Parts: sequence; C-alpha cells; structure tokens
Amino acid sequence: MKKKMAVLLTGAMVMATLAGCGGGEAAPAATEPAAEEAPAAEEAPAAEEAPAAEEAPAEEEAPAEEAEAPAASGELITVGIINNDPNESGYRTANDADLKATFTEENGYSASFAYSMKNDEQIAAAQKFIQDGVDYLLLSAADTSGWDSVLTDAQDAGVQVILFDRTIDADESLYLASIVSDMDKEGETAVNWLESQGLETYNIIHLQGVMGSAAQEGRSGALQAKADAEANWNIVEQQTAEWNAENAQQIVQSVISSGKEFNVIYAENDDMAKGAVAALDAANISHGVGKDVIIMGFDCNKWALEELLAGNWNYDGQCNPFQSSYIDDVIKNGAPAEKTIIMDEKGFDATTITQEDVDTYGI
Amino acid sequence: MRNIHKIFPGVHALQGVDFTLRKGEIHALMGENGAGKSTLIKVLTGVYGKEDGEIFLDGKEGAVAIHSPQDAQNMGISTVYQEITLCPNLTVAENMFIGRTAGAVQNWKKMNADTEKILQSLQIPAKAAQQLGTCSLAVQQMIAIARAVDMECKVLILDEPTSSLDEQEVEKLFKLMRDLRAKGVGIIFVTHFLEQVYEVCDRITVMRDGKLVGEYEIENLPRVQLVSKMLGKEVDDLSDIKSEVKTFDAGKDAVPVLEAEGLVSNAGIKPFDFHINKGEVNGFTGLLGSGRSECVRAIFGADRVIGGKVKMGGKDVKIAKPLDAMKNGIAYLPEDRKVDGIVGDLSVRDNIILAQQVLKGFFKPFSKAEANKVADEYIKLLNIKTASKDTPIKSLSGGNQQKVILARWLFTHPEYLILDEPTRGIDVGTKVDIQKLVLKLASEGMSVTFISSELDEMLRTCSRLIVMRDRKAVGELTGDDLNQGTVMNTIAGGDK
Amino acid sequence: MANSENAKTSSASFLKNLVRNQCFIPVAALLLLAVFNLIADPSFFRITLGYNSAGNPVLSGFIIDIVNNGSELAILAIGMTLVTAASGGQDISVGAAIAIAGSVVLRVLCGGNARPETLQAPIIVAFLVACVVAMLFGAFNGVLVAYFKIQPMIATLILYTAGRSIAAWINNNELPVISDPKFAYFGGFIPGIPIPTPCFIAIACMIVIGIVLKVTNLRLYTQSVGINQSSSKLNGLNPEMIKVMAFVILGLCVAVAGLIKVSRVSSINYSVIAKDIEMDAILAVALGGNALSGGKFNMAASIIGAFVIQCLTTTLYKFGVSSTALPAYKAVVVILLVVVSAPTVREYLNKISQKMKLSKEVA
Repeated sequence: MKKKMAVLLTGAMVMATLAGCGGGEAAPAATEPAAEEAPAAEEAPAAEEAPAAEEAPAEEEAPAEEAEAPAASGELITVGIINNDPNESGYRTANDADLKATFTEENGYSASFAYSMKNDEQIAAAQKFIQDGVDYLLLSAADTSGWDSVLTDAQDAGVQVILFDRTIDADESLYLASIVSDMDKEGETAVNWLESQGLETYNIIHLQGVMGSAAQEGRSGALQAKADAEANWNIVEQQTAEWNAENAQQIVQSVISSGKEFNVIYAENDDMAKGAVAALDAANISHGVGKDVIIMGFDCNKWALEELLAGNWNYDGQCNPFQSSYIDDVIKNGAPAEKTIIMDEKGFDATTITQEDVDTYGI
Repeated sequence: MRNIHKIFPGVHALQGVDFTLRKGEIHALMGENGAGKSTLIKVLTGVYGKEDGEIFLDGKEGAVAIHSPQDAQNMGISTVYQEITLCPNLTVAENMFIGRTAGAVQNWKKMNADTEKILQSLQIPAKAAQQLGTCSLAVQQMIAIARAVDMECKVLILDEPTSSLDEQEVEKLFKLMRDLRAKGVGIIFVTHFLEQVYEVCDRITVMRDGKLVGEYEIENLPRVQLVSKMLGKEVDDLSDIKSEVKTFDAGKDAVPVLEAEGLVSNAGIKPFDFHINKGEVNGFTGLLGSGRSECVRAIFGADRVIGGKVKMGGKDVKIAKPLDAMKNGIAYLPEDRKVDGIVGDLSVRDNIILAQQVLKGFFKPFSKAEANKVADEYIKLLNIKTASKDTPIKSLSGGNQQKVILARWLFTHPEYLILDEPTRGIDVGTKVDIQKLVLKLASEGMSVTFISSELDEMLRTCSRLIVMRDRKAVGELTGDDLNQGTVMNTIAGGDK
Repeated sequence: MANSENAKTSSASFLKNLVRNQCFIPVAALLLLAVFNLIADPSFFRITLGYNSAGNPVLSGFIIDIVNNGSELAILAIGMTLVTAASGGQDISVGAAIAIAGSVVLRVLCGGNARPETLQAPIIVAFLVACVVAMLFGAFNGVLVAYFKIQPMIATLILYTAGRSIAAWINNNELPVISDPKFAYFGGFIPGIPIPTPCFIAIACMIVIGIVLKVTNLRLYTQSVGINQSSSKLNGLNPEMIKVMAFVILGLCVAVAGLIKVSRVSSINYSVIAKDIEMDAILAVALGGNALSGGKFNMAASIIGAFVIQCLTTTLYKFGVSSTALPAYKAVVVILLVVVSAPTVREYLNKISQKMKLSKEVA
C-alpha cells in the first residue's frame, strides 16, 4: 500500500509539473516513469477538458479529444465494472451500453465487466478485480449491505471505488463518489407536473413497481403524500403491476370493468403505462394530450418518448442511466467535494417534447 | 383378537375373525390371496382402523386401543414386511436405531457397539458400520427382525419373509425364529410355502374370504387338508397336474421356435446357447442369483445384449430392446411383479391392453369399447378377482395382479412366452391355475419358458430344464433326469 | 351422455361420483369464487359490448378478463400436465422459454431493426420459427431429464437462469416494438369479432390436445411411463423418448403462449415477460388434483385449475386488495385449495361422508 501511495504522489507531482506545459508534452514524461504513473499523467488533459464536458453529459466530444494522450503514453486506466444484468430492464441495457461506449480504449480505459443480480456474486467479482489490481472499481450494487469488508480490501489495495446508480450502506470514506438518481425527486417532479395540469379532481390509477424497490418507493412516495394532502386528489386504484405491462393491463381492465371513474394513470415505468394504454384502447377510452385520461410513465424509453411526441401519452419522467460521463469526470478530475452526486433528471411533457429530445434522451 | 370387522368400500374384508397367539409360539396365518390375512395384520398393527371387535394383550382385562402403527409398536407389536422397509443407504446400526433415539444427540460409538452385540447374539453375519444395501436380502431381513426384537417386542409379525430368500437363508431365518420363540416371543408367520409352515410352526390359523376357517395344532392338520381348507373344497388338483403332463418328445416334435447362440448381456452372465421348440415347456433352474433371470432377460432384450446371435423360425433376428422381442412374438412376464410388471395406478383394463397397444402403435389406440371387451374377456378367462376393470391394479391382491400381467401377455398372442417366477408370493389356488394354464398353452402350440424357485413346480411343468450355476449354464436335463435328486445334484455341482 | 348415465343411478351415488371426480375441487373452487363475487358485487358478471379505440366491437367485463388473461396459463397447463405425468417433475423454465419464443417472434418480424415500419416476414413464419425454437429448447430439457437422468427441476433450472439472457441476446438487447396493428390481433381483438383472440387460441389448443388424447396413445404412454418406467420399458415403450416428447409438447405450448404475450403489448420486456408463470402453471396442475410426482393425470382439471388461478387474481384486483397484501391473500387461498385437493384430505372427507351415511342407515 505504501508503494502505491508513493506512486500516486509521484504522479501528482508529474501532474503539477505538466499543468502549465499543455497536453503535448505529456507523452515523453509518461514514458519515462513506472507504469503505474500513467493514470495520473492522464488526468492533466482531462482537467483541461472537463468544463467543456460538463455541459452535455452524454457527449463524445471530451473523450474523443483526450484519445491522443493515452494513446501516446500506451497506458490505460484499468476499471472493473460491476453491474446488474443488462437484461434486467431497458434502463439497465442503456446504462450498460453507455458504460461500454465511454470506457473504451480510445478514451483511455481498459474496462472489464462483471454482471450479476446477486450480492455474493458481485462481491466475488469485486474481490477478483481487486486482485487483478484495477485502478478503479465501479459498482452498482445489487444489495445495499455487506460491502464493508470488500471495500476495505479495495482501499488497502489502493483501488478507488466509485458507486453508480445505487448507493450502499457503508462508510463514506470507503468510496470516492456515489453517482445516483434521486427517486424521490423524480416522483416530486412528476407530481408537480401533474399538479400544474390544473385538473378539478384527480382520480388516479396508481400502478406501482415491485414493492420495496428504490424506484417504487421514491415514485410512490411523492404521489401518496400529495393524495393524502389534497382533497381533490383521489387514488382510485393502487396496485403493484411489478413493472410488468401485462399485469398493468389486467389491473386497468379490472378498474374499467368495475366502472370506476378515473382521469390519470400514474405508472411507475413505461412498460406499465403501455399496458394501461392497451387496456384503455380496448375500452375505447381516449388518452393523451387533450383527451380523457392523462398517461404518465417513467424511464424515458425511446418508444415511450415517441408516444409522447405523438400525443398519446402526456408525461414521462427520466431515470438517467447515463452515469458514465459523471464517472469519467470523477476519475479525471478527482473526488468531488460532496461524495453523493445527484444526476440531472428531466421530466418530459408531451406538449413540449421535440424529436431531438427523443433521440438524445430515449434509451 | 375377537370378532374383528373391517369394511372397505364394497368389500367386507374381515367378517368377525378371531385370532389367538400364545406366548412363545410360532403361529402360521394361512389363506389364499384376498382371504384377509394382510388386512387382519394391518388392523393388529394399527395401519387400518376396525369397524368392530376388540384386541386383548398379555391376557389382561379390557381391550387395548391401537390407533396407529406407533401405538402397536409401543405395545410390543412389531412387523417385518415382505418388502424390506429399512433404508438401504444407511448403516446397519443406523437402521437398528432409526426413529427410536432419545433426543437429538446420538452416541454413535455406543450405538455401533450395541448393534454389534445384538448382531452377535442373533448370529447375524453383518457389521454395524456396514451399509445396509450391501448386505444380502436375507441379512437385511434378519436385521429388520433384529430391530424388532431389540425393541422388546412381544408379538413379532413376519409377512412373507422368505419369498426372496434361498434355502440356506431360509434355514438361518428359521433358526432365528426358533431362538426367539425360546425367549418367549410370539411369532405370527405369514407365508405361501407349505413346507416351511410344517417345518417351523406350532399352530395354524386358516382364513378364507374374510372369515375364520379354524385354528389347528400343526400335528392335527395334514398338508392336503390344509390346502383343502384354504381353497374351501376337497381338491386333488395338485396331483391332477402330474397326470396332465405330456412328455414332450424332442425327437418327433422338434420345430425350433427360437435358437440363441453365445447370447450374452451386460448383466454379468456368461455366454449361453439356448433353443426352444414349438409347444415345448422348458425352464431355467438354479439358486437365486445363479443367472436364470438374466438369461431370459437377455433373450427378451430387457438387458443390453452385447453378443451372440438369435434365430427365430430359422431366420436371424436382432433383438436390441423389448419391443423387438415383442414384434417377434416373444412375451416376458418379469420376475419382480411390483417393479417391472404392474403399472400400479393404471386400471386393470389399461394394464391388460398395454403391451398389445404398444405393438399396435401410437396412433392406433383401442377404442374404449374394444378395451373393455378385451378386459372382460381376460378377467373371465383367468378368473381375475377385481371390483371392476377400472380398479387400479395396485389395489388387487398379488395373485390377481400376476394374472393381469399374464393376461397382458396372452393378449399379444405370443409364439413364445417367458414366465419368470409367475407363482412367487401368490396363493396355492392361483399357482395351480397358472401351472395348468402353462400346460394348456403348450398343448396348443405355444412355447413356454418357466422359471420358479419351487423345484416341484418346475418338475411338474417342464419337459427340459437348463441348470444354472454361478451365472453359467452348467447342464440340461430331460426325461428321467427330471427328478429332485438329479436336479439338486446338478445345481450343487456335486460329482456325478 | 353423462346426464343420461347419471339419471339412472340414484342421486346419492351421483353426488358421490361428483365428489370423487378429479375436476370436482377446481370446479368447486371456481364456483366458490363466483358465488363470493356474486354476493360481494353482482356486477362481476356483467358483460358489456362496447367499441375499442379502433372502432371495433369488443366485449368487456370481469368474466371476459378472466377467460382472456387466463388463456396463456391454460395453454401452458396442458404441456405442464404432460411433463409432470411423464417425468414426475416440473419444468420451471417456461417463463424464460416464453421470453425466448416471444423474442424469436419479434426478431423474425423485425428482421434486426428494432422499430420496423413494415413487418419483415409474415406473422405465421415468425410463429413457426418460434415453435421450432421453443420445441428445441423443450427437447434440450427433455434430453437432460430423460437421458442424463437429471431431476426435472434441476435440469430446467439451466434454462430458467439463462433463458431471459438468451431472449435478450436474440434481439441484440434491443426492445423491438411492432407498430403493425395486425400483430396485435393475437393478444387483442380481430376487427369485427368482439371476443378476445387469446380465448380462441386457448380453445383451439384444448381441442387439439383433446383430439390428440383421443386418437393417439399419448395418455396411456405418458401415464405408464410416469407410474412405472421399468415396467413400461419391458412393455416395449421407450420411456426416454416419451419424456422428451412431453417436453417438446410443452415447448409448443410455450411458443403459443409466447406469441400471445408479445402480441398483447406488441413488444417485449425480457426481464418481466411471463414472470413467475411457471409457478402458476405448476399450481394449475396441482389444483387440478394431479400428483406432482407423475403418473395419472386429468387434463381438463389442470385447465380448470389455470382458470381458478386467473379468477383469483382478477377477483383480488377487482377488490383492490392492497399491493403489499396481494401475495398473502393469494397464498392463503392457494394453500386452502391445495390442502383440500390433497389425496389424504380427500380420503378423510370420503371417510366422514361414509360414516355419516352409515349412521343414517342405522337410524
């Protein structure tokens, strides 16, 4: 560990020296010292590019320019990425694709991926990455607990840990940064939007995700609080469809069959909103912009945003899967002051959404 | 037991049966299949409840209540069934003590030592730490008895304990039974082997059709009378059969149906030659495990054939699996009725049509009417006792199950019928029926191979015997050589 | 025919036969649920003819919902009954296999493009390809079970684990959406016919299996193999082939169910499509009073069992049982049903009824 620290120190010195000299001279400096110094050397250009990268999170621009430096040095930052199974959801698929697009050799990274939806398998993968001596360990934990000892090992081995998408129950000192979505905020944004629609009464069918998941709790919480507070907000039906389009379809069918009045469908993901719409279509209940029922979804799947664009749905809340630019930023600019970084998340309104939004934010 | 009544749906299985067992005696419970022996025992051991009647124990006043097998065991009534009900993958000691250890902690050392002591005292050739499954069937049987004895039983019920044992093993078992009798244990012995009854028992209770026929001292009941009481009529069937045997004249009638040369399967038998002629009844004899079943299984393709040639009607045929054999007109009634014969949950009707249905093909099922007709026909022909043709075969008695299997194969109208132990574990009446049937079929031109553990049965039916020893055919006996002495000698391999 | 037979016998024995019939428990459960609904809210049985958003006539109501949504389960119950009977075990991979079959359908229809303007292949071709694929996977399970003698649950665990990833891989992790309204016919309505198409498909499957059981020895062979393999072999059957055949038939059922599932939402979500449906299918077999250890089976009882499960789900949705309590209610009802249909309990009930009859006779 001491050796590592020394190396890091040297790296920091090199960086300081280079700071005034510009990117071009990094190459000769980097070839000379020990191999481990390379990552530090790379931080110099990154530091310069960072402001530009800040603007548009998912931009290719910054990494593209940066490509020269590592290529010249011949050394890549090694990252071990532990993620949930990309097939888990469209969100995860987009998340994985985004990570893969960012942590490429052109961008100066050598990335290894491990996928599991089970904590013990993830921990085993983490231990393997630590043994392999990666520089950074990127982790989207399946479970919040059980990570202390393996993260201590990582710290001892000089491996920096960055959490993304999901946080864990461990001491903040064990990781460099945690890049997460604020599900409560997502819910609030959506509920505020709904309030701004200014309906006389809100009769809501609330389709929940798998009970107890962070997304469900965040997205349900805001709506529940609002419905409890306001007299004209009624939740007609509140039921878990377990993220499943078909279950949602069945639930909405059953509400329609029982003849209850409703004018809002608040679905906690796009799939369930889609299922609900299928049930409405079958019963010839109009939905979308200026129609009888307001449709709200989450996750910003591309097809869902297209529905918005077509005016069939009204609102879609983003759950930003593009953490990689934030991670890239942390790696290249060092630890942020506040360890927890909340990502920007938008809510799209069918009346204002553009094709460009669909292309940029659709997953 | 006094005036025991047991009613099953549609059957009054026990109709006021009395039964008395004295201390320190071996008491045979005899009767044909379906006479109610098993039911009586199951009432005694608490497996079945009873509709009426009382059970007294130890000469005490007042009837005891036995509601479950556990109750029976606590009162000192233990049963050893025909099928071993121990766990073959546990050790002998574990089997001895399973289910009756106090508390969760077990002193393994003591358990093993205790077991050794019991095994020694009863002279059972097994080690405490040995896996039960590695012991021979007889030893397993004895261990089951030892377990019962160790549980301080006063009444020991042995249900067909000898049906899968050879003679020496039976001798050992009898010795054990006599020892126990000397210790004051009352033993109820259920068996189909008349010889054994007369060898070891003191008294006999005979049952028929759910009723008590009588209780007799063994000296006062000659064999013929016992049989007639069991069958409920004065029979001379046993002697009749002998007269029906037509000596098969190999010289004149020799039309070979099947010839096998150097046949060998993966079941560990030595290559053997075999032939059978039209209308002939021959048999494989030998001790248990001598390879007699393996030979016929090889012929039928039940085991994987790894060498040899088979000709049928002079033409080469390839028999790789049972279906090939069936297509060539061979039928095989397997040795182990329960494991290889019956399809327990299926109805009697389905069991009868099964083999012929398979021959007929997947896309040509018998219509319900056809199947019913066939079933009725064979139920009548073989006098199968069943509530209806829709009754699951497993609820029939052993002998009737065997008849159903026989019906199944007869319905395929085979040229060549192999019967492996068709008479095991079934009542005298059915045994006689089957032997008669074999001879009748042969006289109609069917070739039959007959295997039985009971030598006299084979001598009565077969005109040629192939003698097996140590998985090898060691001799072939015909004509005047077909007598007890010669066969015994050949089996034993004595100088001759 | 049954009536004329029963008319001859006395009413008492008619009742006895009725109780003894294997279909009695599931039918009774169905009636019980119906009576419960009738008392609680007679509108449960209301069926209304309306028009969907495309202007086509559709029937709606809870009964229609049950029959419609229970279709896939009923189809799967057919295959699961055969597998259970022949192998004495259950296939737990049907949910994952549906994901595969559905994915194949979409892959063929989209031809690799996630959002095709027009269908790239006729739907029937896509369906047939899915059938072949699903049957191959069925055969794979069957071979593991029959020839390698692996316990069915363990053997199918492989596909259970890997199936959804395979499904995602088939479509390159994309989530295709079919916009052609014709594709939605299979899970929705055919224009002009007010009854949901899945009902017709399910009925067709029932008729087919009915005919197959009539004109072939499928029933005798599977039962025979399931009850006593060794004896079946000595009667000229090939137990291994028959087990594989059962799994292949289940594969076909899976393909049909998969088509309906993806058609319902014109899309797929690999992680949640047909989630946990294997357990419902197994439950349907058990509710039908069939021994899960194999042997004799009653196809009609299994199918009724499937509708009992769907009826229960719809009822619970209708009464808006709170999301968190839903599984608990379902579990209680299921336990009751399974216990009542257990052979030991039925025997006990038979005994009691006999005793009552005896005492009556005495009196």
